[in-house]
Amino acid sequence: MSLTLYDKLVDAHKVCDLPDGDMLIYVDFHIMNEYTSPQAFSGLDTKDLTVWRPEAHLAVVDHVNATRSSEPHDAASKLLIDNLEANCTKQGIAFYGLGDPRQGIEHVIVPEQGLVAPGMLIACGDSHTTTYGAFGALGFGIGTSEVEHVLATQTLRYKRMKTMRVTVDGDIALGGTAKDIIMKVVQVVGAGGANGYAVEFAGSAISNLDMAGRMTVCNMAVELGARAALIAADDVTAAALQGHPHSGQFEFIGENWASDEAAVFDKEFTITGAEIVPLITWGTSPDQSVPITARVPSGSDYVSPKDKAALGRALQYMGLSEGQSAQSIEIDTAFIGSCTNSRIEDLREAAKILEGRHVATGVEAIVVPGSAMTRLKAEAEGLRAIFEAAGFEWRPEAGCSMCLAMNDDIAMDGERVASSTNRNFEGRQGRGARTHLMSPAMVAAAAVTGHLADVRDFTRKTSK
Amino acid sequence: MKKTIKGIAAPLSLANVDTDVIMPKRFLITITREGLADGTFADLRFDNEGEVRPDFILNKQPWTTANILVVGDNFGCGSSREHAVWGMRQLGIDACIGTSFAGIFYDNARKNGLALPIVSSETQGDLLQLASDANGGEISIDLETRTITAGDFKAPFEMDDATQTALIRGRDDTMDSLEYVDAIRAFEARLSDTMRVSVIR
Repeated sequence: MSLTLYDKLVDAHKVCDLPDGDMLIYVDFHIMNEYTSPQAFSGLDTKDLTVWRPEAHLAVVDHVNATRSSEPHDAASKLLIDNLEANCTKQGIAFYGLGDPRQGIEHVIVPEQGLVAPGMLIACGDSHTTTYGAFGALGFGIGTSEVEHVLATQTLRYKRMKTMRVTVDGDIALGGTAKDIIMKVVQVVGAGGANGYAVEFAGSAISNLDMAGRMTVCNMAVELGARAALIAADDVTAAALQGHPHSGQFEFIGENWASDEAAVFDKEFTITGAEIVPLITWGTSPDQSVPITARVPSGSDYVSPKDKAALGRALQYMGLSEGQSAQSIEIDTAFIGSCTNSRIEDLREAAKILEGRHVATGVEAIVVPGSAMTRLKAEAEGLRAIFEAAGFEWRPEAGCSMCLAMNDDIAMDGERVASSTNRNFEGRQGRGARTHLMSPAMVAAAAVTGHLADVRDFTRKTSK
Repeated sequence: MKKTIKGIAAPLSLANVDTDVIMPKRFLITITREGLADGTFADLRFDNEGEVRPDFILNKQPWTTANILVVGDNFGCGSSREHAVWGMRQLGIDACIGTSFAGIFYDNARKNGLALPIVSSETQGDLLQLASDANGGEISIDLETRTITAGDFKAPFEMDDATQTALIRGRDDTMDSLEYVDAIRAFEARLSDTMRVSVIR
């Protein structure tokens, strides 16, 4: 029988069926952070349970920590950080804390450490765990009760998802990036369009991506509701497994980690590469995006009263007018970072735009490398010098930072941010803050011009 | 055993209500599950000065006592934070009726006794209208028969068997799953050494 990659992964991890229709699946590797794990550890204590297999877990500090310094910025965040370290010490779990050269955003450091391989099942109390699908691994986010469940049993109760394939074929347009691919997919499928589905990305535009690009695509698949995202493992994947601290330790054998040729998906979408142009979000849901050359929608663009109401509410929150051109939107802040776009490849793309240019007057620009290792690499390559010469603030510590503003990097009420992150929700980057999602290079272009700008205007007219 | 949820339903028709909106991050810096009622929908319920927003549905009579929400599409999207569900429970919400829920939110809800009946768009529209009527009275969600009733109105809802069982029994999944230790050990025994992750400390 022909199987999808998703079904192969589920089958390979099924422990047993449960009488109520769920199954138990085995979690090969589990990652924790300081904010969604405390109540899981206290749950173990209350129930007098121990951790089933401590060596299969990694805990990392990334959500609440300051990025200006390795010292917590306040007592509350210090409590969360110290609590995680104490829980890990007690349970014998690896802990990469502040100041550790391996610290960084969880989904950035796991590949850096060689802790993901095709065929694995990875869970983490963070929705962007879909990132690992880039390696042909089944990764998905879980809640805190499930974190407790994994700690105690090394398994999860699981219901098999339906399958969706999104095929992006052909060369993507000039200036388009992996970020634009996934933003386009979210726009086409819709913010909840993949609820209940595991989504496999296929087609030449996907297989042509490097691992960083594939991770960006799978990372943001959760914004269309996908509980898992997958890309078939290939030679690019195999090459990316080499040269890390855990390289060579793991091999998840038993299957060819790709969907069989004749595998049937419950739902299919096809997008042509030429449609992938630089996009920006104008609203408060990741599916509310337009090409940078287009205009913010108008009421007349929509038929249903529901959609008209959503438009009105989003525009009011965002402080925009119907039909306003995307490039007329002026920004206060430029932010490059997050598990979506803070890898070395992302920093290189932004630096290409920034080299020999300067941030516009009045724009505050910040870059937070995704991990300590990424920062060191970027500094060695001279990227820090480029960012700083351009007027960007180069943060010395890694973390989620202004993507969700759980630390002290909080956008103010009404502040407008060009952001390389993953969510433009109301209040995401701060109460009343206005987020426009885009690729890192597009953030750099916006920082330099002071308004949302077309990255192609920079690459076409390079002065060099 | 809880087979029926009854009460006042409040309409919250916005689509894509995400967990950042349900539980803003400033309430997340905590190591307990408690004290989250005030944070729930905080930016919808209160203005920047902390004053009650009188126009928000849960601040108006009779919906101040609502224990059921009729919600828009794709409710609970975004972050995995279970704090959103803990807060809703602490605010007294027993059920959200909608057309679709984000996966992690759906699973978190089940773990905490928050019922999420899934209905058609048509039923959602009917219920939003019913819930908007201040004199509409109570509605009733029968988990066993998977039926919603409000006066003469009656409609079916979808809920998978495992979630239905969990909600009615109010069970602890972790303790339940530990009854399968033999199966877990047998699975592990089949794993080769290269399939046993061991993280460098």
